[in-house]
Amino acid sequence: MKHEKHIELKGQPARVKMDAIPVLHYTVFSLHITELLREPFNHCLNYFVVPFPDKYKFICCIANDETKSILLFSHEHEKVSHISLPSLTRIHFPFHIFEREIHENFGIDFPDHPWLKPLRYPYDRHDKGKSMDSYPFYSMEGEELHEVGVGPVHAGVIEPGHFRFICNGEKVLHLEIQLGYQHRGVETLFVENESSLKNALLAECIAGDTAIGHAVCHAGVMEALAGLPVSEILALERTIALEMERIAMHIGDTAAICTDIAYQFGQVVNEALRTIVINTMQGWCGNRFGKGLVRSGGTWYPLTPALSAEIRKNLQEIRQRYGQITGYIFSMSSVLGRFEATGKVTAKQASLIGAVGMAARSSGLKRDIRWSHPSLAYSRLSFEPVVISRGDVWARAMMRKSEVEQSIELVLHLLDLLDGKDVHPLPVYNTAAEPDAFSISVTEGWRGEICHTAVTDENGKIRHYKIKDPSLHNWMALALAVRGQEISDFPLCNKSFNLSYCGNDL
Amino acid sequence: MPIKEIQIFMKHGRQSVPDLRNAELSSMFRGRPVISPDITAEETAKVAALCPTGAISGGPCSIDLGRCVFCRECQFAVPGRITFTNDYKIAANVPENLIIRAGDDNPVSLDPSGIRKEIRSFFKHALKLRQVSAGGDNSCEMELNAAGNVNFDMGRYGIEFVASPRHADGIVITGPISVNMAEALQITWDAVPAPKIVILAGTDAISGGLFAGSSALDRSFLQKHPVDLYLPGNPVHPLTFINGVLDLIGKR
Repeated sequence: MKHEKHIELKGQPARVKMDAIPVLHYTVFSLHITELLREPFNHCLNYFVVPFPDKYKFICCIANDETKSILLFSHEHEKVSHISLPSLTRIHFPFHIFEREIHENFGIDFPDHPWLKPLRYPYDRHDKGKSMDSYPFYSMEGEELHEVGVGPVHAGVIEPGHFRFICNGEKVLHLEIQLGYQHRGVETLFVENESSLKNALLAECIAGDTAIGHAVCHAGVMEALAGLPVSEILALERTIALEMERIAMHIGDTAAICTDIAYQFGQVVNEALRTIVINTMQGWCGNRFGKGLVRSGGTWYPLTPALSAEIRKNLQEIRQRYGQITGYIFSMSSVLGRFEATGKVTAKQASLIGAVGMAARSSGLKRDIRWSHPSLAYSRLSFEPVVISRGDVWARAMMRKSEVEQSIELVLHLLDLLDGKDVHPLPVYNTAAEPDAFSISVTEGWRGEICHTAVTDENGKIRHYKIKDPSLHNWMALALAVRGQEISDFPLCNKSFNLSYCGNDL
Repeated sequence: MPIKEIQIFMKHGRQSVPDLRNAELSSMFRGRPVISPDITAEETAKVAALCPTGAISGGPCSIDLGRCVFCRECQFAVPGRITFTNDYKIAANVPENLIIRAGDDNPVSLDPSGIRKEIRSFFKHALKLRQVSAGGDNSCEMELNAAGNVNFDMGRYGIEFVASPRHADGIVITGPISVNMAEALQITWDAVPAPKIVILAGTDAISGGLFAGSSALDRSFLQKHPVDLYLPGNPVHPLTFINGVLDLIGKR
């Protein structure tokens, strides 16, 4: 019985024929989601609508951590002028963001959804009457309350977004985050672009701070569609690149967290360490963010023995120096006073909002694609994710420290596995993709799980491309973290998550 | 100061790049390209068709750095004909100077006659900038932050980013300028007191880059306001930024 309700993909990236994905009546569809998500080891990777000329196809992708598989099933609805469906958010809260997106893009109604707020104001949104300046903020009335609006342009050199606080004195009662300023129409461009090379470059710019994470995820989708194998050496190199990106960003975040507690010593020492990592990436592929490194089927930038030696040398130095500075940071009472019990997100909250990646792991949830759905070289490692249960700024800062240490060991081990191998495949462009197929790829980027899916038409051309950046879920974690906090702790809380604006806005 | 801090400082050492004008980057860095005069029409057509942003044109072969996203794919397609050098000085104040033609192997430079007089008289010794990310992917933003960090330390020249447009002498735009940021960009610009400058940092800001033609963009701001400095890159390297700005304000 159960087998008919979904198709199970063992291992990922993977591809199936579109007609192999079971189509369920909405009631059955909704019950099946409820049934699956009752189990703590299941969570929703992505839920979205693919428009066809005559119908909407709702596709749900559930990750099962126990069987390490992905379950796919769908619902189809005739394209009529007004569609109204019971909300899944009612039963399972993480769907709130998916249903907001579906409503915004296609006008499909979920009358019992708590609040179908705009998500990113895409240019091709269903209701053009809704505009950035008419966002429906939650508001409270009261003589003692006041609102604080920040952004879209912030004090620092960062991406735009609007934060609206409702405060009682210095205390934050509510924070609402309005995004969409960064919307560039990325998903449509993936469909419109004729060149697969252009799409590979575009993937690197979905979130430039996660160039490698998104590029690896995109390459996975395209390789699955084309049936291109990923050689052992390429898998090793990509895994090393992903971990190098994690090390660089985590060290940069350690610096930035120090900045936000006005601890300049911690800031400058960590900044200098991040520079070593990104300059190592520049020595590898010519770009400090790793743009250009990841391509379908191969790479132009093989990891030569000389480069491996350089990475080993630099990481060993960083291991020593980063260990020293973070050991010191976490021993200072003035630092701990700002970190501890600030911006707490409980395990229950994290689970309710469907938090992913290090934001989830810092709140006690064991959620890590490298462990649950390993691909590339991760399947060869006995990888155990770092999980910290406290959920405060301390936990998220400590997560950086622990993961940098873990990732350095991983890279050093992977470099050993790479030794002596020197057959480097070159990139393959414009391969024929399987027609009428669905392809999914999931990658644990430094922020958390990235999920790319593509649907092809009868000629093998991309008909629909869907991207999920971990920030889509985790922005809500930031909003919850600052409740009841001093508003002055907002920058610190924000930096402790370091979420992506363009990853959300696409 | 505790012993531990001193130990960390000793390891930390002197971090700042001593000479930002002449620092040398890894030979792998993808900076100013050089096109061989021997490139054939066929080879030119091949790379022009390959180029994901239409930066390459024929007759004779040229690369427009305002469109180039420095992917180096053309170099791999016609080895020996196109070579990306590690020259990071690729700033220009007129779009014409961003075009590299077959046989050119001269540094990209600013056209002094195109620099407004007040820029050098007002900003030579101190330049405060307000950054506006308008669809930037956060790699350019991070590189601009890095330009002020302990390594590149552009503050040594009196150049820094400020929190308010009221305190700024100009704006630095990153990203292809999304429809949803167009108004905020205009408001920020209006809040900067004159005389003021516009700097475009990164290829997507200069031409839209990979996003050129997307319906989610509104680049009308650039039709209304003259641009003082173009800084190509994907993202722009801190050394490209610092050297370009120093050339603009006339600091040696």
